[in-house]
Amino acid sequence: MIFRVLDKEELVKFFNHLSANNAIIGPVESGIDRKGKPLYAFEQVSDFARVRLDYTTTKLSAKRYFLPFKEDLAVFKIDGDDWHKTIDFNCDKATVFLGLHACDINALNKLDKVLLGSVYPMPHYAAKRKNMFIIGVGCRPQPFCFCRSMGSDTALHGFDMFLTDIGNRYFVEILSADAYNFLQGVKTRAPEESDNLLYMKIVSEKNQMFAARVDTTDLTKILDMEFQSPVWKQWGDKCLGCGTCANVCPTCYCYGVEETVNVNLRAAKKTKTLYSCNVIDFAEVAGGHNFRLERSTRLKYRYYHKHRGFVEAYEESLCVGCGRCGESCLAGITVPEVIASVRGKEA
Amino acid sequence: MKYVDIQKHAQGRHFRKHDLGMYEYTYKSEITRVSRLTDTENLYRIRIIDQNDRKRFSFNPGQFVMLEVPGIGEAPFGISSSPSSREDIELCIRKAGNLTNYLSRASRGMHVGIRGPFGTSFPMENMHGQNILLIAGGLGLAPLRSPIAYVQENRTHFGHVDIIYGTKTPSQLLFTYQYDMWRRDEMGLSIIVEKADHLWKGQVGLITKALEAVIAGKDAAYIHNTSAIVCGPPVVFKFVCNILSEIGVPMQKMFVSLERRMHCGMGKCCRCNVGSTYTCLSGPVFDYWTVMNLKEAI
Repeated sequence: MIFRVLDKEELVKFFNHLSANNAIIGPVESGIDRKGKPLYAFEQVSDFARVRLDYTTTKLSAKRYFLPFKEDLAVFKIDGDDWHKTIDFNCDKATVFLGLHACDINALNKLDKVLLGSVYPMPHYAAKRKNMFIIGVGCRPQPFCFCRSMGSDTALHGFDMFLTDIGNRYFVEILSADAYNFLQGVKTRAPEESDNLLYMKIVSEKNQMFAARVDTTDLTKILDMEFQSPVWKQWGDKCLGCGTCANVCPTCYCYGVEETVNVNLRAAKKTKTLYSCNVIDFAEVAGGHNFRLERSTRLKYRYYHKHRGFVEAYEESLCVGCGRCGESCLAGITVPEVIASVRGKEA
Repeated sequence: MKYVDIQKHAQGRHFRKHDLGMYEYTYKSEITRVSRLTDTENLYRIRIIDQNDRKRFSFNPGQFVMLEVPGIGEAPFGISSSPSSREDIELCIRKAGNLTNYLSRASRGMHVGIRGPFGTSFPMENMHGQNILLIAGGLGLAPLRSPIAYVQENRTHFGHVDIIYGTKTPSQLLFTYQYDMWRRDEMGLSIIVEKADHLWKGQVGLITKALEAVIAGKDAAYIHNTSAIVCGPPVVFKFVCNILSEIGVPMQKMFVSLERRMHCGMGKCCRCNVGSTYTCLSGPVFDYWTVMNLKEAI
């Protein structure tokens, strides 16, 4: 990895270079919540003044840009009994993602394993993923962040460059040739010993700041052992089955497919909509049998998929510990509390 | 800047083109025959239109395809025909939802889309030299017909073969025209219904009763060398596999085919997950040991 140091004014110049030809998605302040705290969202920006690189977290992850909530998988032209299917990957240009935190970058890496690395790579995702230019940025842990417990508090790959704020300048990790080439357009310098020390100090300070924790020791086994545990029923009674957690989650990729016919009966569409395993008809089969009718079984399934099934398949959890689901949950269910209760402990 | 055209990219080093194409690649197919089996089930014979695609399309007993009618929907169906008949595939479909109701009104010549084949299959070749119990409850005979056809075509490779089939009423019996043929090929066929009508002369009771009758006279040497394939609703697996376990058939020699909702068939949509295993990738065919280890499978 190549390290450089970039002055903060130079980053503005760098932003303007990029935004001349490319769409840039970055964190902006999108409103104020009821406690008067700012809300942030990933939106397309062309003015650096709107970008808030010191944002806490966003309500929604950036996934709507590479896993849109609704997406056409294919369109059909229908002509009597015959039809023609056209597949468009819905990606016609590269996009710059500025200011993703380590958890969101790790979320992308996890999604890659399922959507790109399996027997059947998903071209709709691949097209968008391969056309991302990602500039990560260091963060300050929030009270609900438990990414350190999930091992995703640092991003090792999956980005082009990563910025860490060290006073009036950024410590830059450069991972891709593209990033290196683009940085030629602005003034950077090699880091000095003092920059390195400052970087290390900031990182170790960050590590001290985590308040929320999840004990993942032997979690796959414990989840298996506690499959019949009464705590699932308790959480199930609290859960509303609304699917908000999946909507805000950076790694939830489950979906449903629906086909619709145009009113003139000459065209049809096959649309993929992101779904949530907490929604009642998630596992209902034709004929009406529902394999997970109880809310508690659906909530349990969500935890099993994230913390057990994915670990078995890829040796890492599907949860990145961003804490968004707990923050957005209308019933106030958080991952650290649920996992602790399964372990028979208070969170 | 970094724009990569995925179509060009596909021929490059990252992906093989057919892998990418597989995702939404649909074989345009024609329904060549619809035959009525019962009031609710039809057998559809389907032929892939493109000759080269048809030649390349092959499957193993137990695998499924995704059948799509543009604008109506797409759903998984187990293949009911013999793996050796390469011209057409046959799907036995019950009217149960939007797509299947639409299909029940379909006629010859309609174009549908086929994706697949997907999933695991019954390990027929590993069963060579063994006695086979083929057990189906209700619509379970649809996926079981493919391994039955395989056994029938390779009859000399197998020892005793018994088909045990149970339904609720005699009017729900599927593939009645094939029973004599199966018997002729020295496959024992035992049929049982839960509720007889006035014409029914056969056995009455649950499928476990028929199974117990079949295995009653068998000795330890038979049990030792027996594999079983079980298709049907979860309650059938549970009781049938319990009986088989009790008489000493090892769990890893019993195979079941699970049914789940699926929207992709390729391990993406998560709709078919049992516990956290994809039925479409690791299944639909599982040995009973694996099923026992899957949470909430049956």
